[in-house]
Amino acid sequence: MVDVKRRSLLAGIAALPAVGCTELAETQAARSVFDTAEGWHRAAHRTLAGRQALAREYAPEDRSPDIRGNGSLTVDTPEYRAQLASGFADWQLDVRGLVDNPMTLSLDDVRALPQRAQITRHDCVEGWSAIAEWTGPQLSHLLDAARVREEANFIVFRCADNLNGSDYYESVDMVEAYHPQTIVAHRLNGEPIPEKNGAPLRMRIERQLGYKHAKYLTAVEAVASIDDINGGKGGYWEDRGDYQWYAGI
Amino acid sequence: MTKRHSLATRIWHWFNVVALIVLFMSGLNISNAHRYLYWGDYGFDPADAWLSVIRFPTWATIPQRYDLAEARDWHNTAAWIFALALLGMWIASLVNRHFRRDIATKAREWSPSALWHDIREHLRGNFEHGEGKYNLLQKISYGFVLGVFLPMMVLTGMAISPGVEPIAPWFIDLLGGRQSARSLHFIFAWGIFGFFVVHVALVIVSGPIWQLRAMITGRTGKEPAHG
Repeated sequence: MVDVKRRSLLAGIAALPAVGCTELAETQAARSVFDTAEGWHRAAHRTLAGRQALAREYAPEDRSPDIRGNGSLTVDTPEYRAQLASGFADWQLDVRGLVDNPMTLSLDDVRALPQRAQITRHDCVEGWSAIAEWTGPQLSHLLDAARVREEANFIVFRCADNLNGSDYYESVDMVEAYHPQTIVAHRLNGEPIPEKNGAPLRMRIERQLGYKHAKYLTAVEAVASIDDINGGKGGYWEDRGDYQWYAGI
Repeated sequence: MTKRHSLATRIWHWFNVVALIVLFMSGLNISNAHRYLYWGDYGFDPADAWLSVIRFPTWATIPQRYDLAEARDWHNTAAWIFALALLGMWIASLVNRHFRRDIATKAREWSPSALWHDIREHLRGNFEHGEGKYNLLQKISYGFVLGVFLPMMVLTGMAISPGVEPIAPWFIDLLGGRQSARSLHFIFAWGIFGFFVVHVALVIVSGPIWQLRAMITGRTGKEPAHG
């Protein structure tokens, strides 16, 4: 009798992940357990590697034949078409928010800043990887020039592309924003960034997955909190599908 | 009656069962996001894949629908339980001498005749023929699972994480690059699944009730067959 009970208990335990997970995952308690685990991963990575540790950089011959385009492959507006045709002569990048010196830069301004070129691997959340050389100024240069205020805790990246009715955006904390490999890229393998990869400007956040690397960049915004921006989770995929805000896992 | 599973072994065993089930089923969901495996540092074109994986049905995945974000939440959370429990098990097994006494093998045990004898005894349905707690085939399989397969799941999983790579880039190189690490993660996962199937089958063949009781209460003494 005891054995029968134990067997049905074990069967119940075995079935739990299959049947109960979907309901369980939607509870507040599960959400907070998931968020805690994500925070532990971030803390462990930064403690073990150091906050400024560099992602792997490769030799030119290690590059992959292409960088696959994913998510938005263009910006579907007449304005973007016109910009694309003119070589983005009028593209503007705003540096704004909690800064003492808001700036608006042209592509020429971006190209005139000190440049960093890095051959790095792009890892998509889906699982694939591609390797290419990215060139552009370090984000830290722009933030220093704009004089970011003490109370800023996050940098938000605003984008021209609209997916499923929402404007794409992303955000990182100040550790990632000031990381030496965090650059505003305008060249891919020595050429202007192609349309499918985010022309004319995209972020490179080298220690995190591809969805953090905002494409079609229009503004860099210093904020104290991301709670009041769109869905409040810090990015397009975070808001839309509950993707992890820390994408270093 | 002296062959008892230690409390550490029993606690780890059940934490490990739950963590592995969650990891495996959420892993199948993650696999569905890009069903191609590559060797080397990069890989994104299915034409370059060494293996095109099937799309796993939703009944086999956590959650029970395609949801990469939620599957990753389950996976990244269960990974902590799995890795910390494994670390704890290893420390306990070295401290309480479970590893040296019950699992480690001596060179003389590896003779072809000893292996052949062990295989024959298994085929006859006799699993209680070793000198110690476990017979030779058990020692070998538990040794490989504890010493190679389970740790490699943790290490290859970490190697795939872009935030981990700056800690030890040489380790990703040692595995042959990130896409190789991803392929190995998949291969070791199915290796563990294979162990799981054989392990459960042998538990059923050798008396599931007292085997389960042994892993819950610790008592492993063989009792009359009517129990």
